[in-house]
Amino acid sequence: MEPILNVKNLTMKFGGLKALDDVSIAIEKGQIAALIGPNGAGKTTFFNCITGIYDPSMGDVQITPPGKSTQSLRGLKPNYVTERGVARTFQNIRLFHGMTVLENVMIGRHCRLSSGIIKAMLRPPSQREEEKKAVYDSYEILEKIGLDKYVNEMAVNLSYGAQRRLEIARAMATEPFLLLLDEPAAGMNPKETKELDDLILWLRDNENLTILLIEHDMKLVMSLSDRIHVVDYGKKIAEGNPQEIKANPEVIKAYLGEESDDA
Amino acid sequence: MRWISILLGLSGTGAVGFFAVREIIMYPMYFFELVLGGLTRGSIYALIALGYTMVYGIIQLINFAHGEIYMIGAMTALIVATVLGMWGWNTAVIVILAFVFAIVYSCAYGFTVEKIAYKPLRNAPRLSALISAIGMSLFLQNYVMLAQTPDYLPFESLIPDFQFWEPFAHIITSVEITIIITTVIVMILLGLLIKFTRIGKAMRATAQDKVMAALLGINVNNVISATFVVGSATAAIGGVLIACHVGQINFYIGFLAGLKAFIAAVLGGIGSIPGAVLGSLVLGISESFFTGYFWSEYEDVFAFAILVLILIFRPSGILGRHDTQKV
Amino acid sequence: MPIKQQLKQSLIIAFWFMILTFPIMVIKVNTIQNIIVFRWFNLLWVGILTFFASLVWNYFLRRTEAGKKKDFEDDTPLIHRLLQNDRFRRPFLGLVAAFFIAYPFIFPMYHTSIMISALVYVMLGLGLNIVVGLAGLLDLGYVAFYAVGAYAYALLNLHFGLSFWVVLPLSALLGTLFGVLLGYPVLRLRGDYLAIVTLGFGEIIRIVLENWDEFSNGPRGIADIPAPTFFGHQFNQDNTMIYIYFIVIALVLMTIFFVHRLENSKIGRAWIALRDDEIACQAMGIDKFKTKLTAFALGATWAAMGGVIFAAKTSYINPMSFTIWESITILCVVVIGGMGSAIGVIAGALVLILLPEYLRAVAEYRMLVFGALQVIVMVFKPDGLIKSVRKVYTFKTSQEPQQEKIAHGTHT
Ligand SMILES: Nc1ncnc2c1ncn2[C@@H]1O[C@H](COP(=O)(O)OP(=O)(O)OP(=O)(O)O)[C@@H](O)[C@H]1O
Ligand SMILES: [Mg+2]
Repeated sequence: MEPILNVKNLTMKFGGLKALDDVSIAIEKGQIAALIGPNGAGKTTFFNCITGIYDPSMGDVQITPPGKSTQSLRGLKPNYVTERGVARTFQNIRLFHGMTVLENVMIGRHCRLSSGIIKAMLRPPSQREEEKKAVYDSYEILEKIGLDKYVNEMAVNLSYGAQRRLEIARAMATEPFLLLLDEPAAGMNPKETKELDDLILWLRDNENLTILLIEHDMKLVMSLSDRIHVVDYGKKIAEGNPQEIKANPEVIKAYLGEESDDA
Repeated sequence: MRWISILLGLSGTGAVGFFAVREIIMYPMYFFELVLGGLTRGSIYALIALGYTMVYGIIQLINFAHGEIYMIGAMTALIVATVLGMWGWNTAVIVILAFVFAIVYSCAYGFTVEKIAYKPLRNAPRLSALISAIGMSLFLQNYVMLAQTPDYLPFESLIPDFQFWEPFAHIITSVEITIIITTVIVMILLGLLIKFTRIGKAMRATAQDKVMAALLGINVNNVISATFVVGSATAAIGGVLIACHVGQINFYIGFLAGLKAFIAAVLGGIGSIPGAVLGSLVLGISESFFTGYFWSEYEDVFAFAILVLILIFRPSGILGRHDTQKV
Repeated sequence: MPIKQQLKQSLIIAFWFMILTFPIMVIKVNTIQNIIVFRWFNLLWVGILTFFASLVWNYFLRRTEAGKKKDFEDDTPLIHRLLQNDRFRRPFLGLVAAFFIAYPFIFPMYHTSIMISALVYVMLGLGLNIVVGLAGLLDLGYVAFYAVGAYAYALLNLHFGLSFWVVLPLSALLGTLFGVLLGYPVLRLRGDYLAIVTLGFGEIIRIVLENWDEFSNGPRGIADIPAPTFFGHQFNQDNTMIYIYFIVIALVLMTIFFVHRLENSKIGRAWIALRDDEIACQAMGIDKFKTKLTAFALGATWAAMGGVIFAAKTSYINPMSFTIWESITILCVVVIGGMGSAIGVIAGALVLILLPEYLRAVAEYRMLVFGALQVIVMVFKPDGLIKSVRKVYTFKTSQEPQQEKIAHGTHT
C-alpha cells in the first residue's frame, strides 16, 4: 500500500542557509511517527513545507488519504492542505486570543461548513441547522480532549498545558486523517505529559489518525513512536524503531554534540 | 505573474525609451530641465524617505508622523529666521541658526513621538501601533495649525542667488543646486555613520535581529531612539530646503510629502537605505516627466499608481530582499 | 516609584515639553504683515498641563503593565451586563427606542439634521468596523466608497432620473463591486501596506472627482439632488428631514441586525481569527484572501449606502466632502468606540460626532483631540471604550455533568 504521507527529496533554502537538505520521509497509515533532531535542525521547517506555509525550493510532498488516490501537496496554499485532511499544531502556540475556547474549535470546523455570506445574513433553516451542529460538534471534540469545562473561557486564560491541548482540539475539528504535532509536550509538567501520551494513543486508536510529532521529550518519543526519523542540520541522518534509534551511533553523536554545546 | 511583470516592464521601458529619445532630440533643453527638476524633487524625497526606511527597518512600523516631523522642521526654521530677521541679525548667522534649530527641534519631536506613541506599543499588535501613528500625525498637524495658522506662510528663501551661479541659473537655480548638493553630502555622512560608528553598527545589528542584539548587550531602546533622531534630522533638512524652494509652507505640507517619500521608500525596497535614495530619485524624475509631458493635475495619482504597481509586481522593491516570514 | 521621584520626573518632563513647544506655542509669526507675537502665557500652560499629564500618564502606564500580569477578572462592560440581564434588557431597549422615535418630534429640525449626520456615521462606523475591527484590515480610504454612493445617487438621478429608492440598493451593489475591484489587487499585500494603498485610493477618487469635469462637474459639485419620496409623495422641507431621519434609523437597525448575524457566523468568526493570527487561520483551512475580500467588500457596501443618504440629505455634494479627514474621522469612531464592538462603535459615533456639534467652542480642537485619543486608546485601552464580548454558548444536553465539573473544579 502507498504510504499515507510521502515526502520526497525535500529541500528548503533561506538565502544561503539550507534548512532542509534532500529529506525523504514516508509514513504509513496508522503509525505514530516522530521527527526528532537538535534545535535548529529543520523540524518545524519540515512541517511548514508540508502544510504549505513555506514553498519548498525542491522536492515533492504526496499524500494518499484513506480510500483516495495519491496526490501532491506541492504549491498548495495552507488552507487547501488542511482541506485535504492534513492538520497541524504550532510549536509557539498560535490560538486566537480574541475568541473563546469553543470558538477556537469552531474555526477548525470552518472548512467543513458550507453556508456563505448571504445565508449568514438571512439565516435560513439550513444555516441554523449547520451552525447548531457546528457548535455541538465542537463541543463534542472538547469533551473528547477533556476541555469541555472551559467552553466559554477566553482561550488566552487557559493554562499552558490546556492551550496545547486546545491546539490539538482545533486541529481535530478540521477532520484530518494526518495530524502533525509540533512539540506538543513543550512546557508541560510530568502529569500533563502523561495525559498527552494517553491522548495521542487514543487519537490514533479511536479516531483513525496517523500522527507525526516533533518532540524533544525523549521518554515520550520512545514510548509512543512506532517509527522515528532523525534530522540534523537539515539532513536526515537516521530512521528506525525506538531501539534502533537509541543504538544508532550517528544519532548519539548528533545529540551528544548538542549536549556538549549546552554544557 | 512573473511573465506578465517582465512583459509589462519590457513594454513600459520600450515605450518610455522611444518617447524619451524623440523628446530629447526635439526639445533637449526641456528634457534636461525636467531631469534636473526631478532630481531636486527626488533629493527632497530621499531626505524624508530615509527616516521611513530606517524606522521600518528597525521596528517594522510605518511612522505616519514622519511627514509632520518634516513640517515641524520647516516651521521652526521659518519662525527662527523671521524672529532673527526682525531683530536685524546677520543673514549668514540666521541661515545657520535656522538650520540648527530646525534640526534640533525635529530630532526632539521625533524622539518624543517615539517615547509617547510607539514605545508603549512595542509588543502590541501591528495594527495598534499603526493606528497610534496615525493619531500622532493627526495630532501634530492640528497642533501646529492651532498654535500658528491654517494659512500658508510665505517663506523667504534662506539660500541666496549665488553670484557665481548666474550663468547657469536659467537651467537650474541656486536653490535647486544647493538641494542636490546638500542631499549628496547628507547621504555620504549618513553612510559613514551607519558603516563606521558604534551606533551605526548597533542599528544594523538591531535591524537584523532585535533579540540577538539585546543578548549581545546592545541597548535596543537607545538604538531605536537614535534611529528616530537621525531620521528626523534628515527630514528637517529636507523640510527647510523644500520651504526655500517653494517659498511658502503651512501645517499640511508634511502629509503629501510624507506619502510620496514613503512611496519612494517602498519603491526602493523598504528597510534599505540605498534603496530609499534610489527609489526617491526614480520617483522624483518619473513624476517630473509625467507632469512635464502628460497631465500635471494627476501628479499624485501617478505616484499612487506606481505604489500599487510596485506592491503587486515586486513588493520587495528595487533593492529589497525577499524574505519568508518566520513561523 | 516613590512619590518624590515621580514628581521630579514629571517636572523634568514638563520642562522638556516647555522647551519642545517653545517656538510653535510661544512665538507666533505672521510673515505677511511681519508681526511677531510672544505668547508667554502659553509656556506656563504647557508646563502645568504636561506636568499633570505626565503624572497621570505614568500612573496609567504602570497600571496597564501591572494589569497584564494580573489574572483576569470579569471585565465585561456595564452595558453588556445590562443587556444580558433579562430584567433590564426590555426596559432599557424600550427607553432607547422611545427616545429615538420621539426625537424628531420633540427637537427642532436643526437637531434632527445633526442627529441624521451622527446616525450616518453610526452606519459608516459599523461598516468600517467589519473591515478594521473584525477583520483587522486598516482601511484609510473608506471615504472613497462613501463618495461612490453619493456620486452614484447624484449622477444616476441627474442623467437617468433614477429615484432614491432605486439607487439605494444599486449603490450597495456598486459599493460591493468597487470593494472587490480595489480589494482584489491590494488585499494580497502585507497589512501595513494596505493602509497606505487604501489611503492613496481614497485620494485618487477625490482627485479624479475634482479634475474630471465632464463626469463629476469638478469642484463645483452637483446641486439640487432630490430628497427621497414616499411612494411618489414629496414632503415639505421639515417633514423631509423627519422622513430621512426615520430612513436612517431603519438603515442603522438593518445594519446592526445584519452585522450582528455576520459576526456570529462562519464568516464572522473567520474575520476575527484572521485578525488574531493569519498563519494559524490559514492552517485551519480558511482562505485568507477570500475572507479579507468579503470583509472589505461588505464594508464598502455600507459606505456606499451611507453616501446615498448623505447626498439625499444635503442635496448638494462636491469632492471636498470626501477628503482623507472623513476616513480618519470614521476610523476614530471605530477605534475609540471599540474595535470589533458594535455597541462601542455606535456609542463612539454618537459621542464623537454630536459632542463637537454642540460644544462649538471646542469644535476647532476636534481633530487634535481625535488624534490624541487614538494614541491614548491604543496605549491604555486597545479594546476601546466599550469592548466587544463574545457569544456565550450553553449546552442543554450535557448541562448537568458540565455544571458538576465546574463545581468540582472550583472546590479543588
Ligand atoms: N523563514 C525563515 N527565514 C530564515 N531562516 C529560517 C526561517 N525559518 C527557519 N529558519 C532557519 O532554519 C533553521 C531550522 O529552523 P527550524 O525552526 O525548522 O528548527 P527546529 O528543528 O524546529 O528547531 P527547534 O527544535 O528549536 O524548534 C534555523 O536555523 C532557522 O533559523
Ligand atoms: Mg521547531
